[in-house]
Amino acid sequence: MSDDSNLLSVKDLSIDFLQEKTAVRAVDQVSFDVKKGEVLGIVGESGSGKSVTVTSILKLLPENARYTEGSISFKSEELLSMKEKQLRKLRGNEISMIFQDPMTSLNPVFTVENQLVEAIRLHAKLSRKKARQEAIRLLQIVGIQEPEKRIKLYPHEFSGGMRQRVMIAMAISSSPSLLIADEPTTALDVTVQKQIIDLLKELQQKINTSIIFITHDLEVVADLADRLLIMYGGQIVESGPAKTIFANPLHPYTRLLIEAIPHGNKKSGRLPTIEGNVPSLSEIPQDVCRFKERIPWIPDQAHEINPKLREVEPEHFVRCTCYKHFWMKEAHEKK
Amino acid sequence: MESAILLETQDLEKNYTLKKKTLFGKKAEVLQAVNKVSLAIHQGETLGIVGESGCGKSTFARLITRLIAPSGGKVFFDQKEITAMAQPEVRSLRKDIQMIFQDPYASLDPRKRVLAILTEPLEIHGIKTAKERRELAYEMLEKVGLQREHASRFPHEFSGGQCQRINIARALILRPRLVICDEPVSALDVSIQAQVLNLLLDLQEEFHLTYVFISHDLNVVRYFCDRIAVMYKGEIVESGDAETIYQAPVHDYTKKLLQAIPKSIESNEE
Repeated sequence: MSDDSNLLSVKDLSIDFLQEKTAVRAVDQVSFDVKKGEVLGIVGESGSGKSVTVTSILKLLPENARYTEGSISFKSEELLSMKEKQLRKLRGNEISMIFQDPMTSLNPVFTVENQLVEAIRLHAKLSRKKARQEAIRLLQIVGIQEPEKRIKLYPHEFSGGMRQRVMIAMAISSSPSLLIADEPTTALDVTVQKQIIDLLKELQQKINTSIIFITHDLEVVADLADRLLIMYGGQIVESGPAKTIFANPLHPYTRLLIEAIPHGNKKSGRLPTIEGNVPSLSEIPQDVCRFKERIPWIPDQAHEINPKLREVEPEHFVRCTCYKHFWMKEAHEKK
Repeated sequence: MESAILLETQDLEKNYTLKKKTLFGKKAEVLQAVNKVSLAIHQGETLGIVGESGCGKSTFARLITRLIAPSGGKVFFDQKEITAMAQPEVRSLRKDIQMIFQDPYASLDPRKRVLAILTEPLEIHGIKTAKERRELAYEMLEKVGLQREHASRFPHEFSGGQCQRINIARALILRPRLVICDEPVSALDVSIQAQVLNLLLDLQEEFHLTYVFISHDLNVVRYFCDRIAVMYKGEIVESGDAETIYQAPVHDYTKKLLQAIPKSIESNEE
């Protein structure tokens, strides 16, 4: 099989943030591929490095970030050595992004029409009138009723779900080959969340866009993602086909993330939690299993030094040996 | 035997008048945010109020705490009609009814240290001496799983989950009888969400609290609440035992809410 089926290929990517005099590693040796038409879910809590990883693809990181190692190739072209001018052609055109907060991603002083038409004309040579027709068509695709009327409204006249739909319309206006969605449903109600996920699924099938979907809630990507990456402390701790991971989650972090979601009533006891807090980047232990401190009841010998990602079954990778020795602590047991 | 009713609402209503500009001048439109809601909350139980944004659940919370005045109907707390209370009485009512809000950062004053945040409610109600208040604050911090040392820090030094613990400590320091939790975990990561839910359950046992728990997440509500009231467009469309509603919803809207929950993990486990 050639590499041609890979739309995006990230290899050994490491990113440091310069803080005063020290460099702090936010992303450590991350590798993954996104195939054409595939949905990749990246799961992790705040501080896991998931957002830094995807923003790095568009090279939109803040100024104090340094790409220390690795490569990002998109359609066999290296992005890290690409000039800003070329990159600008990719952004919003070949690769677009939807952000978490639909409230602040739209400009409040312009109408939806204004903003959509601007986005469309930025990437296609269309007359204002044609662009407007295109905007209405896009609003229809993302499921906004009476788009001819609604297009004249301002963002504050839209609900959260509708605003996120406008963001999606804007993101797909250039028929991108890759759509990056950074927690697009976290700020929304469950019913709206379902609509947005169904919409993304439909778009992926209709226009064969590849999607990277970032979330902290494993259940959200359960029926959307083809493959999953679970990140903790800037590293991938588990990756594989979504079906395999849900059927057989191995890394302690993945298992705890799944168990932490309530699935019963309180008669079933307290919820399992992950002890302690996500360590800040500068406090992350190096050369050892980064999750060690969060599962103190697992003996030290269970972890390995310099844990590596290993293929434990076809396409299913897990970091560190601690998963073999892991057991779920009784949730209601108190310290 | 059922325990006594702590809070009761009778035909509670709140209307807002919206002014709409039309071609022929302004037209007034009435929005019924809360429409004839009658509910009873028993001592020691947890009542979940479920619905999507704009259904009136937060307005309802503000009505029963008397942060806003109703357009109609009555609210009784411990058999006293709070909708008829004068301001000084309302102030002492605040000791008994406290709230925990959704945004853990926005609900803490960024310029105050944790100690000052926790002792302020006691100061307002003139409870105890300054020294005793400090001691109470330290004690409360430990109860919510933080340490004494945290008292001298500012809110920005904490994570979202820790901030929510501080909010809980502040709400409970007055030893309220009823705590209204308005989406207390929806801004948190799933694992932190589990920690905070466990903490709320532990504290409920310890202080015999009654909770009104507002959320749009039915999984969380099923886990956390004894009874559920489903709210849609300002009205309660279905209410009853949490597990019963979860297993056998009757109203179409409840069914729709339940279908929206991502369920793949559950079905994979079976």
